[in-house]
Amino acid sequence: MRGHEPRSSSSCAACKLLKRRCTPTCIFAPYFRSSDLITFAKVHKVFGASNVSKLLGEVPEEQRQETVNSLAYEAEVRLKDPVYGCIGAIASLQKKMLELQHDLAVARTRLLAHSGVTNQVSPLDDSPELAAFLDLVPYSDLMLLDGSTSLDAYLYDLGQPPFV
Amino acid sequence: MNPKRCAACKYLRRRCPKDCVFSPYFPPNDPQKFACVHRIYGAGNVSKMLQQLPDQTRAEAVESLCFEAKCRVDDPVYGCVGIIHLLKTQIQKTQNELAKTQAEIAVSQTKLSQTQNSDFM
Repeated sequence: MRGHEPRSSSSCAACKLLKRRCTPTCIFAPYFRSSDLITFAKVHKVFGASNVSKLLGEVPEEQRQETVNSLAYEAEVRLKDPVYGCIGAIASLQKKMLELQHDLAVARTRLLAHSGVTNQVSPLDDSPELAAFLDLVPYSDLMLLDGSTSLDAYLYDLGQPPFV
Repeated sequence: MNPKRCAACKYLRRRCPKDCVFSPYFPPNDPQKFACVHRIYGAGNVSKMLQQLPDQTRAEAVESLCFEAKCRVDDPVYGCVGIIHLLKTQIQKTQNELAKTQAEIAVSQTKLSQTQNSDFM
């Protein structure tokens, strides 16, 4: 038939949700399998299908799976925390990092005292790039106000590939 | 056209109504802020997200969306998730360093008490 595109044997999750024909060149098909409609639904709700399509088109093909994984993670976190999204997780991690930096500085000072050396060493001297990261987000103060924020709520998926 | 249109309505080339959901958070003097958020999320999605939030939380939501959008523009593959992964890696490294230092302190304390005991004898 004129202009007829071959019908795909099964639509990907995106085309199922968008109720359109899934073509062999569908940009979503390799990354949003029809068995997992929920992931695409979340990504579509936060970013929109056309924006996701543009984003995928802007990255090399070999990096598209990683891109989809990170978009899915961001969408999941944003839907769970509509106000702060991933920034909440970053602020919690920054707070944890500051606490560890403090503990490490105290421990190193104690160790040096045992060794008879009195100069204090800051862990930040070892990693200036980390010091820059600790100034990344101004939301750390929010987390300091409420120490009850659980890291686990934000980090449960980071144990899964490709974030390990 | 109303010269006091917010950055969103200017970008979208439309009239800025008095109850515009964007105008409190996207002032006209910062067009890049809305452009970045629109590029990643789309005006419609941002509008829906803001409308589902209480008024008092919308400013924070806009700031976090702007930050995440900027991260995604800077790193199209990982966005701000790259930062989370890096922080997690650094935390693990610092925890290991702390454990190592605490172990060294314990060894040092043990040696010191052994020395003190032998001096006492």
